[in-house]
Amino acid sequence: MSVIEGSILDFRRLDLLAREDSIIHRLDPRTKVLVTLAFILVVVSFDRYAVNALLPFAIFPVALMAVANLPTRFIAGKVLTVSFFAVAIGILNPLLDRQILIQIDGIGISGGWLSFISILLRSALTVTAALILTATTGFGAICQALERLGMPTIFARQLTFMYRYLFVLAEESQRMSNARELRSCRGTGMGIRPYASMVGHLLLRTWERAERVHRAMLCRGYKGNMVTQKSAGMRLWDLSFLLGWITLFVLLRMYDVPRLLGHLTMMPHL
Amino acid sequence: MSHHIVAADALCFSYPDGTAALKEVTFCIHHGESVAVIGANGAGKSTLLQHLNGFLTPTSGTVRIGDATVTRDNLCDVRKTVGMVFQNPDDQLFMPTVYEDVAFGPRNLGMSVADVERKVRDALAAVDAGHLAAKPPYRLSGGEKKRVAIATVLAMDPAILVMDEPTAGLDPFARREVIGLLKAFSHTKIITSHDLDMVAEVCGRVIVLHAGQLRADGPTGQLFADRSLLAACHLEPPLSMQHCALCGRAATPLSAAA
Ligand SMILES: Nc1ncnc2c1ncn2[C@@H]1O[C@H](COP(=O)(O)OP(=O)(O)O)[C@@H](O)[C@H]1O
Ligand SMILES: [Mg+2]
Repeated sequence: MSVIEGSILDFRRLDLLAREDSIIHRLDPRTKVLVTLAFILVVVSFDRYAVNALLPFAIFPVALMAVANLPTRFIAGKVLTVSFFAVAIGILNPLLDRQILIQIDGIGISGGWLSFISILLRSALTVTAALILTATTGFGAICQALERLGMPTIFARQLTFMYRYLFVLAEESQRMSNARELRSCRGTGMGIRPYASMVGHLLLRTWERAERVHRAMLCRGYKGNMVTQKSAGMRLWDLSFLLGWITLFVLLRMYDVPRLLGHLTMMPHL
Repeated sequence: MSHHIVAADALCFSYPDGTAALKEVTFCIHHGESVAVIGANGAGKSTLLQHLNGFLTPTSGTVRIGDATVTRDNLCDVRKTVGMVFQNPDDQLFMPTVYEDVAFGPRNLGMSVADVERKVRDALAAVDAGHLAAKPPYRLSGGEKKRVAIATVLAMDPAILVMDEPTAGLDPFARREVIGLLKAFSHTKIITSHDLDMVAEVCGRVIVLHAGQLRADGPTGQLFADRSLLAACHLEPPLSMQHCALCGRAATPLSAAA
């Protein structure tokens, strides 16, 4: 449970960062959501052995982190945590795919290793982009932006509420888990059975809370649709940010820049 | 709804599982009154409050707000007139930021952007929480959450404020702040509480519930002086009216304590 607690606290940190100020923070949330989505789509669209063609894409996260003044170590730490999942996903590739694809200084590199590195790179790039989006926009604003970009209202609202009550739920489960631990001196405390009951209790409590929250909304005139205030809207700066980055992504996708520059000597694309 | 009367007439309520939570409760609260509903745990206080804005419907008897009996058809008006502050502010603060949360009600009432802005500012200022506007609710302390929850209700311009345990779980300083706010509001107030010292300070009238029945209804000072009544309802007089075990101070009558 303390793992949840830890990651929750970091969510709070992200939210705090989102309340700082920079020209990136001041962009319309929709602009940032669109650029980030474009970035992620382009990065995952590369073929499975792409490695050096992906490298230039690092310019997007690096530039944004610098301009938005985000703490590099914090973001890097988060990316590293998520990378463990990427390792878990890609770790079998070097074993399964042993065909040598390229030679560097006479050492043969198999397709498996290439695709493994490619997975790590992609996950690092996309996760960094998503973190930067959250850290410069805030989760609530992202949900609103998604809604205004055409995501079904019900999903956007679910996301908003989930984010709000995640903290409450995490605290509640933490308290319950502590209570169990305190009374199960060292031992396993009756094994798995208390957990089943704890999950049941949590569900019931969540249900009751949902009912109370709904009442609170009815009390304040809720009639089934969320009335939100529209932000100022896209300005010239938003448009140039959006078009500039998307053009760059498309160019980097179409031309393998490192190869054009002749810096690295890897094998041609497969 | 010119006269903001809150009246219950032979109000009975049983939960679906058969628990008779309210039995023949009758009272009438007038405009501008400040009334405490007290009673031991399970006496039916929360159940009573749920009737005042139509979350529960009487099994028999009626609840009247202003000139109208509460029915399915006028729930919207009733809920606008009766502002309810929940016991747990986490249930009441559900939007991403304090500002958004306070703005939720006024926006639902269809106010213009400028009006919403003004309402939110005024409501937050009234509870001394203007500086919290941009914060997400989960970053607030218990006392701040309580004050913001009150602001969300004030922004709706209710004529009647209903509060379930407004000082429960607050530290002495936050409790003091909330008491100060309550005393400053000119609304009709209906408050449940176990904090009888707060009741003595804020409310001029007390309704005592015991096991779902109305046991007493009268001026605060008079009821709190009636030890046998309090004991019969599993209550204790406020600390300020008790003999002090530490310094030996004699019990003070309520008029001096308040
Ligand atoms: N949802 C419910 N279902 C069944 N019984 C309930 C429910 N809520 C409360 N009760 C019962 O109704 C009685 C009054 O409860 P409540 O109004 O919450 O008391 P108070 O707020 O004074 O502590 C209690 O006996 C309680 O057990
Ligand atoms: Mg109660």
